[in-house]
Amino acid sequence: MDSPQVVADIREAVRSRARSATDVCRDALARVAALNPALNAFNTVVTDRAIARAEAIDRDPDRWRDAPLAGVPVAIKDNLCTRGVRTTASSRMLEHYSPPYDATTVARLESAGAIVIGKTNCDEFAMGSSNENSAFGPVRNPWALDRIPGGTSGGSAAAVAARIIPLALGSDTGGSIRQPSAMCGVVGLKPTYGRVSRYGLIAHASSLDQVGPIATRVRDAAVALGVIAGGDGADATTASEAVPDYGSALTGNVRGTRIGVPRRLLEQGVDPDVARAFFAALDVLASRGATLTDVELPHARYAIPVYYLVSTAEASSNLARYDGVRYGFRAKGSREDGPARAARADGDEASLQAMYGRTRACGFGPEVKRRIMLGTYVLSAGYYDAYYLKAQQVRTLILRDYEQAFDCERGVDAIAMPTSPVPAFKIGERVDDPLQMYLADVFTVSANLTGLPAISVPCGFSAGTLPIGLQLTGRRFDEPSLLRLADAYERDTEWWKQQPPIA
Amino acid sequence: MSSGFTREQVAAVAALANLRLEVSELDLFARQLGDILAYAAEVQQIDTTGVPPTATVVTRHAADRDDEVRPSLDRETAIAAAPDPAVDAGFFKVPRVI
Repeated sequence: MDSPQVVADIREAVRSRARSATDVCRDALARVAALNPALNAFNTVVTDRAIARAEAIDRDPDRWRDAPLAGVPVAIKDNLCTRGVRTTASSRMLEHYSPPYDATTVARLESAGAIVIGKTNCDEFAMGSSNENSAFGPVRNPWALDRIPGGTSGGSAAAVAARIIPLALGSDTGGSIRQPSAMCGVVGLKPTYGRVSRYGLIAHASSLDQVGPIATRVRDAAVALGVIAGGDGADATTASEAVPDYGSALTGNVRGTRIGVPRRLLEQGVDPDVARAFFAALDVLASRGATLTDVELPHARYAIPVYYLVSTAEASSNLARYDGVRYGFRAKGSREDGPARAARADGDEASLQAMYGRTRACGFGPEVKRRIMLGTYVLSAGYYDAYYLKAQQVRTLILRDYEQAFDCERGVDAIAMPTSPVPAFKIGERVDDPLQMYLADVFTVSANLTGLPAISVPCGFSAGTLPIGLQLTGRRFDEPSLLRLADAYERDTEWWKQQPPIA
Repeated sequence: MSSGFTREQVAAVAALANLRLEVSELDLFARQLGDILAYAAEVQQIDTTGVPPTATVVTRHAADRDDEVRPSLDRETAIAAAPDPAVDAGFFKVPRVI
């Protein structure tokens, strides 16, 4: 059972018929079977469907000759709809939901020849920072099974890190692609807001959500972005900008590229190992000719409270749709099915109103309820101006800080930070303290509030075994610069080649 | 704000959100929401006079198109995933409203 190679190797092997797509697919499925009991990275594995699709590629090689992902096995975060394949968002609410359509990103991957082998575990409705909020149990970090993989795309990151598949899709509302990628030692890219369609992504916070790739190396993330990016008539927020050839951006030449470092923001709360690895990574880029310069982002320290006010407000609205009527779970009619009626009356137990209350009480887990409550409160009459409107105004100030850093005279091309201030923590360590959990997102949420693209690449280890990520944030639609920097860094380092013991 | 939430206030928010909470959840959320909002209070110290709110960072839209009928899910498929579908009649069935 060999570890699958990188995307380009698999595609070339399939195209040259050195290996069949079916053979590659069976290998990936064998690795899921062997490793998933320890990792819990998959909610659903689609063995028959995957093999059937791989066989179709093998039967018609001419048709797939130029397909960029022909025969490449991939995994899809379980909050992206897959037609006829259970899509749960790791929630009891959607435990048996089988969507009647594909997310645009899934359809585009499959049109490019990718073989979906399964749906990956995540935090419920993509709310969390540790993957402990899944209704189907936590994902375990392949580097240390007693630790979190990061969240919310923890299953996608863990599956790529364990070399089950070379490529997976995640979604990122506040760091949910980048932070687990950092903690699992793989590459994760959150594209510019509007670069990739959200159609078929189960909505968490619609002004922040974006779908992106997780891969073992930068080049593979670039290929995947080229496949999934672009306008979509089914998502009015997709942008009309042309999709460039991301692969051609990977020149290795970063001479003269200006990298901003917000040193003041990094002064507090960064683990010493993370800080050491981060500054060493900057030295690597500087030795390739990039220029380091200090930048000020005076409002970035407010990003966490702003994020949790804005995202919960949007989530409380988005999750109102789970009412037990059109799809998903519905609590049965008797009061034994749910909590007893609370202080406020919601009609008699057989009423529609009571069914809503019971269904949502039983279908949602604690973190989702907490965020719905917070979001409902900050949107409610009398508090809207003080919390939600204020947060949106400070969001503008954070956006202006970044615009100033990028667009001023001698502005920078990218801003560097550690992806996460700490390496992966132990499962259970922070579950009783939601505020402490939220603080783990301190360096990632700004890219969502501003809509800017950001990438995380492996840049070292803490205590020898826990991966650390370098995050680079770029200008709107300037994924090429981010990918070029990340690829240049990868060429000079060996971190991305490290595999966890379990792989 | 950390001690600012009573059980009754939490219950009122839960009612707005159509969430039926256990008494233990009311007490837990009273504490946790208070803690989170106390932390968020630092945002309220920032001078935002004249600063417009940002609700979305969308710049240019790609999706503007002619308003024409296009293929979409048929009714039967759309209803099929409901907990209590009436596929033949074309309805979602729900408990009585009044």
